[in-house]
Amino acid sequence: MSALQNLPFNVREIREQFPALRQQVYGKNLIYFDNGATSQKPQLVLDAINHYYSKENANIHRGVHYLSQRATTEYEAARTRIQKRLNAKSSNEIIFTKGTTDGINLVASSFGNMLQAGDEIIISAMEHHSNIVPWQMLCERKGLFLRVIPINFEGEILQDEYEKLLSKKTKLVAITHISNTLGTVNPIKEMIAKAHNVGAKFLVDGAQSIQHMSIDVRDLNCDFFVFSGHKVFGPTGIGVLYGKEDLLDQMPPYQGGGDMIAKVTFERTTYNELPYKFEAGTPHIAGGICLGKAFEYIESIDFKAVEVHERALADYASQVLETFEGLTIIGDAKNKTSVVSFSLKDLHPFDIGTLLDKQGIAVRTGHHCTQPLMDFYKIPGTVRASFAFYNTIEEIDAFVIALERSLNMLK
Amino acid sequence: METSMDINKIQEEIISEFEMFDDWMEKYEYLIELGKDLPIIAEELKTEDRLIEGCQSRVWLNAALIDGGMSFSADSDAIITKGIIGLLIRVMNHQKPEIIASNDLFFIKEIGLQEHLSPSRSNGLLGMVKRMKLEAIKSLNKK
Ligand SMILES: Cc1ncc(COP(=O)(O)O)c(C=O)c1O
Repeated sequence: MSALQNLPFNVREIREQFPALRQQVYGKNLIYFDNGATSQKPQLVLDAINHYYSKENANIHRGVHYLSQRATTEYEAARTRIQKRLNAKSSNEIIFTKGTTDGINLVASSFGNMLQAGDEIIISAMEHHSNIVPWQMLCERKGLFLRVIPINFEGEILQDEYEKLLSKKTKLVAITHISNTLGTVNPIKEMIAKAHNVGAKFLVDGAQSIQHMSIDVRDLNCDFFVFSGHKVFGPTGIGVLYGKEDLLDQMPPYQGGGDMIAKVTFERTTYNELPYKFEAGTPHIAGGICLGKAFEYIESIDFKAVEVHERALADYASQVLETFEGLTIIGDAKNKTSVVSFSLKDLHPFDIGTLLDKQGIAVRTGHHCTQPLMDFYKIPGTVRASFAFYNTIEEIDAFVIALERSLNMLK
Repeated sequence: METSMDINKIQEEIISEFEMFDDWMEKYEYLIELGKDLPIIAEELKTEDRLIEGCQSRVWLNAALIDGGMSFSADSDAIITKGIIGLLIRVMNHQKPEIIASNDLFFIKEIGLQEHLSPSRSNGLLGMVKRMKLEAIKSLNKK
């Protein structure tokens, strides 16, 4: 408990910014430990949503009038802000999408179109369904092969197996930065370098990392980085695909429609430049602008301190949970953060999650969209507590008391 | 056939039982006890065709028409789900198929458990209720 007071940022002040955290459910103070699924939104973002629809609402990139120009400016400013935060070279490399899933599907469809039968794609055994199924569909469509890097019981990718799978046939490696189920932080920088050694491109699924650490796409040297706005304190329905400009330039468009064209005739259509080539139709304008606000908010937060705080939360939760009889923590990677998944002997995660819910504690139960991973551990699912920087040690204490009560009831 | 109580009377009875509970945890304590008491169905009846797969928990349902009334037995891997199954069976067991097919299960909402039967919950319970009605309709058509 005392460790927290020394932190260079003040959790209590941060919590003040998140109205959703100050509510009661079933007459109990809400404890929100489902940040892996989605994050709560700071006041800055909430105000921006309201402001956009009350003052700015107009379609972008097409109007000469005042509102349209202002909305366009704000939307493009958000793109630039995100570009700067990711340290991307150009704002042309920031494509607005609907989210992580949409970004992966865009790459699978567009980059995938440039691949030949017999080419190979590598993923890992801990991927989210979003980073499995689009590749399976692509492989089926184009006659490619999907290779899966196995993990050890601690929940770490086996690097020697990865090296064995890499070959001249490998065209893309797509790996999650942080596992949503295990909390494992994968050594992606090294993995990216290895992929490049055989000439393969690398996609980072950043759905679970962007909200926990500073991301520098040039330092990582990844070819693609995808994430969802809603997990990084922004709105739902908006996300980002970062891609290296020369690569995005070579790739064919994903969807056709307005905004993505240069000139349309019935004989031939030429496409717009980046980033618009990949943004067909009216985009989620409010979403983009408010995601920019979420980035403005996280710029005000010291992410070095966030990393320390979130690791402290996960370590503390693990230590206390380990004292429960019959409880197994799933995932024990050396480099792990923000997520504690566990299962209890002879008890169903659904029962535990339901009883915690009635005590005001929001956790996720089930397979977390990682069914192959559950099969690996031979369990139907886990109970997962996932933390954000606004969570506290006191909340973990309350969670543990509630868990104890639930287990007594289920005995 | 066993004489069955009016299906709405049983529902009223359950509602008044639940009125005694002061808070959510007491309700769930009761559901857990019900779940523990539910006679589990024979292992050999837990077949693929009796399985209702939910995202969160799984339910097995066996249905038969005995002496003009529907006879249900069911099981789940989650105890709270089993408790709710216990209530559903208490309401529907031994009722005539035509009553089951057309009855509105109003007690679920009244005792505050409708979240467990919402389509998004996918714990197998909504699927189970649908299957119970379907089995009742099937046995009507057989007659
Ligand atoms: C690792 C990972 N990848 C992908 C996704 C999919 O994100 P979205 O549903 O926002 O597209 C998630 C979300 O749960 C995730 O945790």
